Amino acid sequence: MLKIKNLDATIDNKQILKGLNLDIKPGEVHAIMGPNGSGKSTLANVLSGKNGYETKGDIQFNGENLNELSTEERAQKGIFLAFQYPLEIPGVNTNIFLKTSLNAVRKAKGEKELDTLTFLKIIKEKASELGIDEKFLSRQLNVGFSGGEKKKNEILQMKLLEPKLSILDETDSGLDIDALRIVADGVNSFKNKDNAFLIITHYQRLLDYIKPDFIHVLSNGKIVKTGDADLGAQLEKTGYTSLN
Amino acid sequence: MKTEDLKNNKDYKYGFTTDIESIRAPKGLNEDTIKFISNIKKEPKWMLEWRLKAFERLKVLKEPNWQKPKYPKINYQDLYYYSAPKSSSEKPKNLEEIDPKILETYKKLGIPLVEQKRLNGIAVDAVFDSVSVATTFKDELTKKGIIFCSISEAIQKHPELVRKYLGSVIPLSDHYFATLNSAVFTDGSFVYIPPDTKCPMELSTYFRINASETGQFERTLIIADKGSYVSYLEGCTAPMRDENQLHAANVELIALDDAEIKYSTVQNWYPGDEKGVGGIYNFVTKRGACRGKNSKISWTQVETGSAITWKYPSCILQGDNSVGEFYSIAITNNFQKADTGTKMIHLGKNTKSKIISKGISAGNADNMYRGLVDIKNKATNSRNYTQCDSLLMGNKCGAHTIPYIKNNNSTSTIEHEATTTKINEEQLYYCNQRGLDQEEAVSLIVNGFCKEVLQQLPMEFAVEAQKLVAISLEGSVG
Repeated sequence: MLKIKNLDATIDNKQILKGLNLDIKPGEVHAIMGPNGSGKSTLANVLSGKNGYETKGDIQFNGENLNELSTEERAQKGIFLAFQYPLEIPGVNTNIFLKTSLNAVRKAKGEKELDTLTFLKIIKEKASELGIDEKFLSRQLNVGFSGGEKKKNEILQMKLLEPKLSILDETDSGLDIDALRIVADGVNSFKNKDNAFLIITHYQRLLDYIKPDFIHVLSNGKIVKTGDADLGAQLEKTGYTSLN
Repeated sequence: MKTEDLKNNKDYKYGFTTDIESIRAPKGLNEDTIKFISNIKKEPKWMLEWRLKAFERLKVLKEPNWQKPKYPKINYQDLYYYSAPKSSSEKPKNLEEIDPKILETYKKLGIPLVEQKRLNGIAVDAVFDSVSVATTFKDELTKKGIIFCSISEAIQKHPELVRKYLGSVIPLSDHYFATLNSAVFTDGSFVYIPPDTKCPMELSTYFRINASETGQFERTLIIADKGSYVSYLEGCTAPMRDENQLHAANVELIALDDAEIKYSTVQNWYPGDEKGVGGIYNFVTKRGACRGKNSKISWTQVETGSAITWKYPSCILQGDNSVGEFYSIAITNNFQKADTGTKMIHLGKNTKSKIISKGISAGNADNMYRGLVDIKNKATNSRNYTQCDSLLMGNKCGAHTIPYIKNNNSTSTIEHEATTTKINEEQLYYCNQRGLDQEEAVSLIVNGFCKEVLQQLPMEFAVEAQKLVAISLEGSVG
């Protein structure tokens, strides 16, 4: 599904990613761990097409060259990024944002746009799966939401848009244990043999709930070690410095 | 004229001209022009005298120059003050008699003039250049005693009302443009709602400037008698021309005891091209008097057009417990300039006013909120709340807020809040990541920013206004 070869990324004349390789197949869960400043969030930004990065190297997503696609085209083709810091958009009702987003994606796929009634039915169902109160959907997007509410809202959007590749950028940060479990359940219930996940995290604790097939350690812009789910527990004990 | 070249500009969809023979007064501002206008409209003597008095006054008035957007000197002797489609020189008695070309123009503008479209439930008075060409739903309104017609017709048929109220809110000698209007106004709408009557439909006027080198000076007078209610909407468009055209309207509203007037404007005059060539100078005087106790006047404006917008729809809160409201969205893009806001003059006791202003600036544009809240000493226990928000797109545009606040008694309170924000790259990225393209993202964010004002518009127009907001800003984010 995703094939990254020799990826370099530079921002403001500073090279962050230095020859990164990664291969993700449908049905797989990959976790990326690593110390601060190792390039984890840069990888998420580059994959989603954020402006400001100069990149070299090859990124193929389902056979297409990602570098040639705009941010919204990548989203429409099934790349989803759960933001570390979801943005507040004052005056915009959460439901309206979600409906506009879903219809933009459906339209790009050549599917029929949903009317409000059908949309509301779907969103209510998905929200209740995540234990999200309906009232929360008529509030302004992310405005005044707690950290946990914002993260749950990201997972709700993921479940609504049904992307092929979901990138979770430190979704676990700032979550209490109950919210962490809800987020993890949300991911697990959505996971199937056709979609894939790239989970960026500092800590093992999210991986206790979402079992990764691979754990990669990112350091100084490239992957320095790859292992199975046990690598996380090992890192928790020994820290990243043991890998140098 | 380079109208041909301008036709290629696709951004302004109302930019077409209509080829109609017109009757014009000779160029120039003088007594003969005024007499020509009065004569062609078969006005009574008192009306001509009123106009001439205004003209006398105009001679000693100076054009104001304190506003932020400056403009080249206007040569008032080089303008036409009256232009009417020839076929309307005898005002049509019903819709069938209107020149089909004019009907076609209104059709292009999306205005439901033909009564078959009555399902829309909106009565329309359409003003083409200088004359009013059609008023729909007249019969239905007449049954309720509501008068909705052109001001020219009202001057002939309802002189007692016109004489009593015309100039009672905006006096003859008010200021240069208002006085100019009083001397040369050509047409506009007149509304009278009798006591204890709720107007059963939205009343609407559509203004269209068609002829070149023509100033448009319309005059609107709305009177809501005791205990009545009316909601009124005006829309405006003009062809694309590389000259600047002057539009100096006067609008007077009068609300008597317990009456309410809701006045909404969607102003989309031609804004000039991307380089700032051409466009309308929209120098308009709008003022409402809450003359009776418990009366209410609410202005809502969505200003997206014009090269320069310079207006302050105001409320004079004379009656005790009267309420004035001003909701405004002013969007300036490219080289457009706006200096707009409101005046709330509190005279009666327990009067309340509310001002919500949203200014959006993009390209090289400049957007100014200027407002006056003046609570006089007898206006005890009065309140004002003002909120001015500015949104900037890009780094070449400007936003300015100048509130003038006067409180002359100790029992009244004034609150003022102001914010300036820049449209945020991260917000756009977030929207893009959810599959929205740049235009959709901007439209969503901007409509969110304007929401409190858009909510004030009558339902049918809110949707149109939302689209207009998005269209006005197209291409403004790189």
